[in-house]
Order: sequence, then C-alpha cells, then structure tokens
Amino acid sequence: MVTYIIRRLIWAVVMLSIVSIITFGIFFLVPRLAGATPEDLAARYVGRTATEQQVKLAAEQLGFNDPLIVQYGRFAKGIVAGADYNNGPSVEHCPAPCFGYSFRTRLPVWPDLLDRLPVTISLAIGAAVIWVIAGVATGVVSALRRGSFFDRAAMGVALAGVSLPIFFTGMVSLVLFSYGLHITAPGNVYTPFLTNPLTWAYDLLLPWITLAFLYAANYARLTRAGMLETMNEDYIRTARAKGLAERTVVLKHGLRGALTPILTIFGLDFGLLLGGAVLTESTYSLPGIGKYAIDAIGYQDLPQVMGVVLVAAFFVVFANLVVDLLYAVVDPRVRLV
Amino acid sequence: MQKTTRLGVAALGALLTLGLAACGGGSGSSTPSSSGGGTAAGGTGTFNAALTGVVDPSDKKGGILKFANAGDWDSLDPGDTYYGYSWNFIRLYGRSLVMFKSAVGKEGNELTPDLAEGLGTPSDDAKTWTYKLKAGIKFEDGTPVTSKDVKYGVERSFDKEVFPDGYTYFNDFLNWPKDYKGAYKSKGVNTDSAIETPDDQTIVFHLKQPLSNFDYFAQLPATIPVPADKDTGAKYKEHVIATGPYMFKTNEIGKGFSLVRNPNWDPATDPNRKALPDGYEVSTNVNADDIDNRILAGDLDVDIAGTGAQPAALGRILPDPTIKANTDNPTGTRLWYTSINGNVPPLDNIDCRKAVEYAADKTTLQTAWGGEFAGGQIATSLLPPAIPGHEDFNTYPPGADNKGDLTKAKEALTACGQPNGFETNISYRAERPKEKAAAEALQQSLGRVGIKLTLKPFPQADYFALYAGKPGYAKDNKLGLAMNGWQSDWPDGFGFLQQIVDSRVIRDTGGSSNVSVRDPEVDKLIDQAMEQTDANARNAIWTQIDKKVMDDAYILPNVWAKALLIRSKNASNVFVNDAYGMYDYLGMGVK
Amino acid sequence: MSFLELKDLRIHFPTDDGLVKSVDGLSFSLERGKTLGIVGESGSGKSVTSLGILGLHKGGRAQIGGEIWLDGEELVAADAEHVRTLRGKKMAMIFQDPLSAMHPFYTVGAQIIEAYRIHNDVSKKVARKHAIEMLGRVGIPQPDRRVDSYPHEFSGGMRQRAMIAMALSCDPELLIADEPTTALDVTVQAQILDLMRDLQRDFNAALIIITHDLGVVAELSDDILVMYGGKCVEYGTAEDIFERPEHPYTWGLLGSMPRLDRERTERLLPIKGSPPSLINVPSGCAFHPRCVFEDRTAGKGSSLVPELVETEGGHLVRCHLPRDQRRSIWENEIKPNLEAS
Repeated sequence: MVTYIIRRLIWAVVMLSIVSIITFGIFFLVPRLAGATPEDLAARYVGRTATEQQVKLAAEQLGFNDPLIVQYGRFAKGIVAGADYNNGPSVEHCPAPCFGYSFRTRLPVWPDLLDRLPVTISLAIGAAVIWVIAGVATGVVSALRRGSFFDRAAMGVALAGVSLPIFFTGMVSLVLFSYGLHITAPGNVYTPFLTNPLTWAYDLLLPWITLAFLYAANYARLTRAGMLETMNEDYIRTARAKGLAERTVVLKHGLRGALTPILTIFGLDFGLLLGGAVLTESTYSLPGIGKYAIDAIGYQDLPQVMGVVLVAAFFVVFANLVVDLLYAVVDPRVRLV
Repeated sequence: MQKTTRLGVAALGALLTLGLAACGGGSGSSTPSSSGGGTAAGGTGTFNAALTGVVDPSDKKGGILKFANAGDWDSLDPGDTYYGYSWNFIRLYGRSLVMFKSAVGKEGNELTPDLAEGLGTPSDDAKTWTYKLKAGIKFEDGTPVTSKDVKYGVERSFDKEVFPDGYTYFNDFLNWPKDYKGAYKSKGVNTDSAIETPDDQTIVFHLKQPLSNFDYFAQLPATIPVPADKDTGAKYKEHVIATGPYMFKTNEIGKGFSLVRNPNWDPATDPNRKALPDGYEVSTNVNADDIDNRILAGDLDVDIAGTGAQPAALGRILPDPTIKANTDNPTGTRLWYTSINGNVPPLDNIDCRKAVEYAADKTTLQTAWGGEFAGGQIATSLLPPAIPGHEDFNTYPPGADNKGDLTKAKEALTACGQPNGFETNISYRAERPKEKAAAEALQQSLGRVGIKLTLKPFPQADYFALYAGKPGYAKDNKLGLAMNGWQSDWPDGFGFLQQIVDSRVIRDTGGSSNVSVRDPEVDKLIDQAMEQTDANARNAIWTQIDKKVMDDAYILPNVWAKALLIRSKNASNVFVNDAYGMYDYLGMGVK
Repeated sequence: MSFLELKDLRIHFPTDDGLVKSVDGLSFSLERGKTLGIVGESGSGKSVTSLGILGLHKGGRAQIGGEIWLDGEELVAADAEHVRTLRGKKMAMIFQDPLSAMHPFYTVGAQIIEAYRIHNDVSKKVARKHAIEMLGRVGIPQPDRRVDSYPHEFSGGMRQRAMIAMALSCDPELLIADEPTTALDVTVQAQILDLMRDLQRDFNAALIIITHDLGVVAELSDDILVMYGGKCVEYGTAEDIFERPEHPYTWGLLGSMPRLDRERTERLLPIKGSPPSLINVPSGCAFHPRCVFEDRTAGKGSSLVPELVETEGGHLVRCHLPRDQRRSIWENEIKPNLEAS
C-alpha cells in the first residue's frame, strides 16, 4: 500500500512534468515552428506602442532568444526554486513555486491562484454535494420505478440538464431568481466561508444549483444504469432471502454495488472542477480558477495560463490517485500493487 | 428510449419557455402598470436624453456608485493606462495638469485646467509649454503636490518595460537626453532638456518639434503626479497615491477595488469636480451579459467600458420603448472604414478608387457593423461628429437611400479604363466577425458594377505588422481594399487623423495603421496644423485634411461607431461626455 | 396438514411475447426433518418454485396463484412484509453460485452477522460470536480469523460452506438449497452434500434440494419430485424414482446421471432435443416432442394433457403410456441398459 502510494506519487510528478513540457511546447515551441520569431512572441508582452527596439530588448530580457530547453529549464527552476524579476525601481524575488509574473498585471501568478482557489473549491464542494445527493437519489428512484412517470420525467430533465449550456441556465436563473424574484444573490458576489458561512452559502447557492444540475443529470443516468444492473445481481436476491427490508437491500446492497463506477467518474469530475469551473465562474463572475483561466486566455497572458494549466493538471492527477486509493477501500477485490 | 427522448424535448421546451418568461418578467417590471422594485427611473427617461442634457440633475451628496467591468483595466497606474474609460475614470482619483470638462456633449471636449492654474502657455514656436500649478493641492497623505511630482510621473512613464500599456507621446515628442531610459534605469540623469521645474509650482515642457495642441498631452494621465518615495514601479497600481477627491480603500487586481473620499482633497482647488458619492465599488472581469442584466435590474450602475449593451440585452431593450427610454446611444470617436490602397493597380487610378466610393452600399455596411444602435452611424467623412473640425459633407453622395450611386460608379469605371469592372482582394481580421460581414457586404455591393472582391482573412495580431499594414506584402498580394478602424486618443484632429492619414507613418517594415493614404499635400497640411496654436484655425485645417483625403478616395468611411448605454436607475447627474463618448464618470451622483 | 404444503401453485410471468408459465399447478407436501429433491432441467420451473415459496419471485408483474402453507400459515395471500419476516428466520435459502450470491464488498462475517441481526435483537458482538460459531460448524477452519475475509478470498467449497452457515444462522425450519453443488468440484460436492445431510439432521429442518442432477439427491432425499415444463411429471420416494421410475423423462434423467466411477460429462442415454419453451408449451404432453415412446401413446401425446395419476402408494406419474407398458419398458428396455454400462 505504502509502496503503491509512493510509486503513484512519483508517477504524478512525472505526469505533471510531462504536462508542463507539453504546455510549454504549445506556447513556445509551436509558434516557433509556425515561423514566429522571438520578437513576434515578445511583441505581445510590451504593450501596443512599443518600437522595434523595445520589442528586441523585451525578447532578449524574456529570454526568447535562448534555446527552448534553456527556456523550459528556467521555467521549471522557477517552480521548484523561485526566481528573480526586475520590477522597475527594485528587483523582486518570486518564491517557489514561482509560475512567473503575469505579463499584464505584473503580479506573481502563484499568490493569485492561491487567492482564487477557495472560490473554486467552495463552488466545487457545494455543487458536488448537491449533485451527488440529487443525482444518485434520482437515479436510484428511477431505477426502482423503471418505466414509471417519475423515471421518464427524471430522465427527460436529465437529458435537458446535460444538453443545456450553463451560460444559458445560469443567465436565465440569475434574471429569474436574483433580479426578478430577489431570492438568490446576484452574480459577482463571493463571501469567504470563514467570514460568514451563511452568506457564503447564500452567495453560492445559485451557482451551486446551476452547476449541480449539469452534473446531477449525468449522475442520475449513471446511477440508474448501475442500479438496474446491480439490482439483478444474485447477491441482491440473497439479501432479500435473508429477510432484509427492501430499503436496506436497495441502499446497503444495491447502491453499494452501483457506486464504484460513480466514484470513479466523481473523482475525475471533481478533480477537473477544482481546476476551474470555467463556464459557471464566468457566468456568475466568480473570481475562481476558471474565471482566472478564461481571463488569462483572453488576455493571452502566458504565465497565468501556464499556472492554471499546471494547477488544473495537478488536481486531475491528484484526483486520479485518490480515486484509485478509494477504489481499494470501496471494492475489497481491488489490490493496489 | 423513443419516449424518453420525446419527453426530454418537452422538458427542454418547458425550460426554454421558463427562460423566455424570465426575460419577459424582467422587462415587465418597468411597464408603468406593474408594480415592482425598478420603476423609479422608468417614468422620467427619454431615449438619448443624456446626450444633450443632464438626466436627473442633483447636488445630493452621499451613497455609493457601483461600477463593473467585463474585462479589466490595463492598469490603474496613471503612467500605464491606455483605455478611454480608464482616462474617464482616473479623474476620480488623479489630477492631471489639465483635463476635459465634466460637461454634456461637445462641451466635454473642452480642456480646462486641473492641477494647473490655466491652460499651457506656449512659446512662439510652440516648442515650449509652461504650466503653473495651483497652490494647496495635496496627496492623500497630506504631502503637498509639487511640479517635481508631475515631472517624475512623466519620467517614470517613459519606461515601457515597466509600463508597457501606455502611449509614447511624451517619449516621442519631448526633447529627452540621448539614450534616456526613464526614471528607473536612468536615475539621476538630468532631464531639464525635456522637462524643467524652476520652482515647486512651475513645470516647463521642451519639445523636439512644434506642437500646437500640447494641452491635449497635458491632460494625459501621465501628468498625474506620483510621489517618488512612494513609487513601487510595476506594483504602484496596487495603491496609486490619490490627488483627486477619492482614494483607494481596497484593491484586488483582477477582482475589483473600492474608492473612498480623500480627506486631503480640497474642493477649493478644484472647480471641476462635484464629488457627490461617498465612494465607488468597482468589480472587474464580470460577465458582460450579467452586467447588462444587473444595470437593468438596478443592482449595478455603470458598465465602465462604455462599449454598450451586449446583443442579448439589445434584444430586450430595443423592442421595449419603456426600457429604451432609459438608454443613450452616443456616437463615439471611432471610425470603421475601408482603406483603398493606391499601390495596387488599377486602384492607382483615382477614378477606380472613386468607383469603389460610389458603388458601396452604406446601408448593408451599417448592418454588417451591428446596425443603427450597436453598430454605428453611416459615415461620409473621416472625422467623427464629436471631434472639433468635423463638418457634414459627402464627397460621393451614395443616393438618397444610401445604397450607392451605381451610375456614377460606372462613369468612374469608364474614366478609369475599366468599364466592366476589375478584380481585387479585400483583407480583414479573421477574429472579427463584423469586419468579415462588412467585407462581405462590400463584395456584394461592389459586385453590382463588376468589381469582384476576394475575401482575405488575416490573424489580428499580425494584421498590420505582417499583412495589410506591410506595404510590400499588400502590394504583392493585391490587397486593394483593407478593413480598418481607428479611434482617437482624444477628441482632436491630431489625435484622430495623424496616425491614419500622414504618409510618413507608413514604414516598409509594416505596423502602421495608415495603409493607403499617401498624399504629400495632406502631410504638409498636418505640419501646418501642428504649428497652428489657434484652436479654431487649427480645426479648420483638420476639416481641410478630411476633405482632401476624401477627394483622393483613399478611404471609404463605413460607420462612426455607436454604443447603446444603459442608464443607471440609481444614479443622478447622468450625461454623456463627447470626449469619451460615454457617460461622464466624474459627474454622476447617487439619487 | 404437513409442515409445508403447496396446492396448485401457479407462477406466471406476462412478457411481451406472451405468458410464461414457469410453474403451472404444482402441489406437494413436506414434513420437518424430511428432504425433498426437486429435479429437472433448467427452465423446468424448479428454481421459480423455490423463489415463490420464499416470496422472492421477482417483479410486481409475476402472477402467483394457488396456496402455500408453511406451518399452518398461508403465504401466497399473506402480507409481503410479514413474509419478509419469515424469510431468513423460518425459511432460508442456499444459492447456486456462492461467488455471485454473496456481496463482494462485505466480509463473509458481516453478511452472516447481518442475516442474524435481522431476526435476533442482539449486539454486533454477540452476532459476531454466533457467526464464528456457525462458520466453525460448517467446517471452516480458523473461523475466528476467516470471519473477516471477503468472499473472493474463500475457495469455492469454503464459500458454499459460508453460504450454508449464513442460511442456517437463524435456525430455519425450512431450508431450500438451489443447485448447492453445481459450481463445485466433484470431490467438494460430496463434502458439501455430507455436510448438508449432517446439518439437516442436527437442525431437524425440512430440506428442499433443487437440482438438475439426480445424483445429488440420490443419497439425500426422502422424496423426489421431477419437474418438466412447469409441471410435476413424477413424484415418489427416492426408492420409487430410482428403482421403479415410470416416466420417460425420469428415465432420461437417470440415463444421464453422472456417477463417481465415470467421467461426469459422459452421458449414457441423453435426452434428445431441448427443454420446451414456457411460452409455447407443446400441446398435449409437454414432453411428447422429446419422448422416445411417443409413438406408443396412440396419438394422445400431442393432443391430450396427461393427468398426474397415482400408480401405487403415493407414487405419482403424468404419462399417457399405460402403467403396464411403462413398467415393461423400464424393466426390459431401460434398466438393463443402465446396468450394463
């Protein structure tokens, strides 16, 4: 078990390194291959009014003239050991993990990401609680009453949930519930949990529900399919033959069996969400990782984009690891070797 | 499965209906008959009222105004900001030497002294400009503002590595010492050849060339004083030291900031600012559609970018007279146009260029740019109506219905020796759907007289540097027409015209916005204007240049951009300032 | 009245293709301490019968008719919740494939403890002790350690022992074993059968063993019921069935009975054809399309449904062939063949 975890952690580091190399390649190698000169790359970081001389200087200072491997090395070193940056009147030290300074805001990327992480985590956790409870419950009931009105209605709504884009449901629900009925918070508000847990929940309620709606739909369908399968298993018949109450049969024996694939999907979904719920965060203007990512891409702010990609990749890799460990907990047949 | 699918569709339909109902519900609240929270402003509004007068005038102090920005400032640092809305807004916390009046419409174009006692005093050759500072102006910490703080502010803005977003007017026109690199890298270098401060209240600018309109330079945010001992370089924007009536209370870059009253701002030194609200709350990177909805709901006051409502909101506003009554539709200082490249045969022949001018259908172009309200007003010349020097004239009358004069176009083609038309290419920026639509509209309308256009999209980032703006490339690839756009940095013929009609800004290496106007007479006229210190005489020259370029048929004006602004339900003193083409952020108060 | 009595039990499943008559008019009775073997091919309705007794015939769509009397209580019309309280306690079941019949995510002990605690209001600790005791009783070595193992960590035989321990944990009065040895090796089969016999003696329960293999019930059963197409075709004591079988289907089963001294796959007298569809049950005698002696029924085989008739002393047969003819076929044509092999 311990060796397994250690081996997986090493793998995680390798994976992240590969991701960072690929990301770096996309932003620095691909443009080069497409014929862009170091100056072309630098031109985007020096404002609209730069002269050719300034662009050349910037290319030199940003190290775009160095071989790519050197540039990557510098980037990787910054993450591990920190780096120094010139800030006009003084030289600024950017402590590890240093993802560099945003070309646009001139702020170090890492504290920005840390600052936004609680928003994304809050959003993800709240939404996950709602969608798991709602989705799994709907799926279970649907499976048990297969073919009933409830089943058909629920699966219809689930289809809508999966199909409707979040910027649509988000916008409609804002106009309806926040600006029309005034029962939920407007967009662009976030109160940290520690400041006031009640306001925190009130502010996030609508984003939670909107986001959860999207996922709950999928989980309902998955749970329904899983339950239909497990409820036909022999061990369910055994459970009934013992004289167990139907509720216990369904929840303790049926759902437990159907939960494994859901756990896998959940781990990946949740990991991805921690890397930023891009659409939800932009629809509700929540200052989380996803909004940060979309803004960074909009401004072509490379250090920010690289930072987000790596953080998102970290969460996905990490979530994968956790899922695999949990798998062994849920299903005793799984051996971690 | 079949049944499930059908049910799913039904559910989707129900949801869509819900969505529509939701939109309907929102608009319903502003009809007079229904009760609801947001009718306060409903009754009084008139469409475009804020273009010509102050809506809800009031001197009531107090309250907080809420602003939101769909994007983010390039920088809050006065030395590093180049957005119109930022220059509009910066007047709340910073005072430059002179400023645009906080006034309705054209009056807002007038410069008025701010830090300075009066407008600049030029030398006879207009190469030296002197300003005297008012006494008693202080920073937010109580330190008196001196001319040295103004000088330092300009010097630091020189460094484009630290401040990449700013303009280079001062870098280019002041007589800096050789190899000067700005306040940081050339610390201690004597810069008296560019800026002198003979005493704490006087500042003298020395230019390399005559500049009759230097007062426009003096209104740039770079002349907002910066205390050298508080300067933190690139980080200064996290806490700009205020000289205006408001100072920063909090500032989270990327999320927003708040302003509170600056106790060391003395109204006695400042006749230009009413400073009505107690403060401002500004959010950045907010969903653009949400901004519109919140202003309509009265939950927010101003979309700071001033670029107008999003298409989703337009669909709600325009059909509903009661909502529309609380909006304004100013014409900005941006011109969308088509460059006609005289380097590409047969457009080297003026008559072929005239044929393009005559054949163009201005109505389809207007539609392509977004229509009457969100696109713009049909343009017949270069200078937008808000800029002094603009005159209503139409060198190539496109017929009563604005659909083009095909007879005149054919005559011009015959005169050009191409009676059956000709073929050429039209370039546009691939990322801009409106430019594409405009190019397609031209393709259609020019096709009517046999001028065949082929569409050539290019990446926006390199459009001027490598393609349309690179003379060799444009000529070799027969880019006869090029979609283009320009917005003035300030409402002045120089700010608007110089970069797009002066042939001397065209470089063989590319990168210039002027891709077609090559007329030595125009260049000469620009020089004259820059030496003319009398504003009226100067504006007359800009009019002359405008007419000359139109006579040359180097530019086909499309539209002067317009934006539909939503008036806040809570704000008083709402009016559009022509200098910015949006609401004046200095004048607004809370009802 | 006997301890268990089935009267005209019918379990039908409506499907899109038609009505599936899985059990069609089955009657028998069983006393405490006695063992009944129900024998038939898959699809003969034997498993559905057992599930019907427990009230586990699945889905609300099944139509059940007739009567099931257990210890003086009628179960068909009884409240489902009441029947549930009897399950596991008064009547228990041992399933065919213990690997799939035990929940893979819970330990063997946990599953026995759960079964015990449904019907006995005891602490977990007490239930655990009981589980260990039960495991020991079914012959699982080191039961105090194995109690915490998962089903997949057991061998097939051990798993079946655990399954039996679970079924017996509440001391049931009726035990139904559905193909209890099918999934096991031959040697293990014998051990399990021995175990079941011993346990039945100890617990004095009524035991129903359901199997397709006459060999399994040969030593264990007091009575044997042969099912075909949802109906009983022959019923009698073990001796009746093995010594004096009268139904051609039973003869077929005897002919295909594996023996320990022979390779089990080797079939001496295989029954031709395949089991009947339960939707379109052949007309007349359900067995007639596969019956070697159908030509001796004077055409009644395909037109008339034979009655279940007593031949002598509780020995029941459902066949058109005249009794004498059946006996002579057995004595002269079948028995010598079986013994010769």
